[in-house]
Amino acid sequence: MPVKVIKPGLLTTIQDLGRPGYFHLGIPIGGAMDRVSLRTANLLVGNDEGAAGLEAVFLGPELEFTEDATIAVTGADLPILIDDVEQPGWTALKIKAGQRLGFGYLKSGARAYIAISGGVDTPPMLGSRSTYAIGALGGVDGRAIAAGDSLPIGAGAGGTEGATVAPDLRRATGSPVELRVLPGLYWHRITETAQRGFFDDEWKVAPEADRMGYRFRGGKALEFVEREQPFGAGSDPSNIVDGCYPYGSIQVPGGTEPIVLHRDAVSGGGYFMIGTVISADMDLIGQLQPHMPVRFVEVDMETALKARADRAALMNRIRGALDR
Amino acid sequence: MSKQILSPLPGTFYRKPSPDEPPFVADGGPVAVGDTIGLVEVMKTFHEVKAEISGTNARFAVENEEPVMAGALLVELD
Repeated sequence: MPVKVIKPGLLTTIQDLGRPGYFHLGIPIGGAMDRVSLRTANLLVGNDEGAAGLEAVFLGPELEFTEDATIAVTGADLPILIDDVEQPGWTALKIKAGQRLGFGYLKSGARAYIAISGGVDTPPMLGSRSTYAIGALGGVDGRAIAAGDSLPIGAGAGGTEGATVAPDLRRATGSPVELRVLPGLYWHRITETAQRGFFDDEWKVAPEADRMGYRFRGGKALEFVEREQPFGAGSDPSNIVDGCYPYGSIQVPGGTEPIVLHRDAVSGGGYFMIGTVISADMDLIGQLQPHMPVRFVEVDMETALKARADRAALMNRIRGALDR
Repeated sequence: MSKQILSPLPGTFYRKPSPDEPPFVADGGPVAVGDTIGLVEVMKTFHEVKAEISGTNARFAVENEEPVMAGALLVELD
């Protein structure tokens, strides 16, 4: 039964785990920026981990339920209100027909995930309900939710009311936030001084950060190794002959402000990339607010793979804790 | 007892609709319910902050173009 959107929040989108397999055609994987949070919210309400929920960034929506449901909100610390009474996060909550789910001001993190028993049941496109607004795919008619929308909800068994995820299984952002980076592909294009500076400097999240990419500023401009630009690369030293962009890759247009590509990334272009944020830290980026201090930390492939395994182990501990 | 308007979002606060225009609310001026008191820029969009309370003698706690966190005090009113 539908959930009515009273207020949409800033930019609240329907997201699941995305649509892999089309990046070579320019369609990104999309899906939740913080995947562990979405998976966990779904587990709490008895859904499949990959069911579609709502991703609210910075400002929560206001929703009215037309049928009893189990809900859970994970991710950012955004005070949860059911009919104006504050409720705990990372916990399965009962909500009754006619009640309203709203939110207070954000305390920490950036994106909250709202799972509803049965999952949001908008039509899948290319195998996913995730909203890719630039390509008008998924979501509600290819866009973020809006006031007056009625969101269809599937049939669900519902989770166990009061089931909760222990605080040590929730990831905190820390300050400064550390993002681990595997240098690569065009690392040789900047001088050794610039390479050291990139990791030594403190950067800050720029307000332009979004689902496509997170921009950072505040560190020193990169100094390039001189070369004669190859045909087709353009004259700026940060340009290359067009290449493929991996998720997490760090491009630095003009050598000044690094941009880490995220779930709604463009698939290729003509900026050089100095490295890639490791997959284990991609969820964390989705929880960064503008102006937060960040450091990039150099790691090797072995460390990156170990971190990926640790992330998978964390998810298994959450499943175990919730008997799933 | 003064009344407060808080920022609903993290981002960059602007007191003016554009650099060449006067501020939405003058220092010491009145504010009515529904008035836009400023903009918060985040994710390449400008979000209007609307007053849900009214008052007089507006005293801004943040400067134009200053970073703000969600829940930060923007303006106090009598």
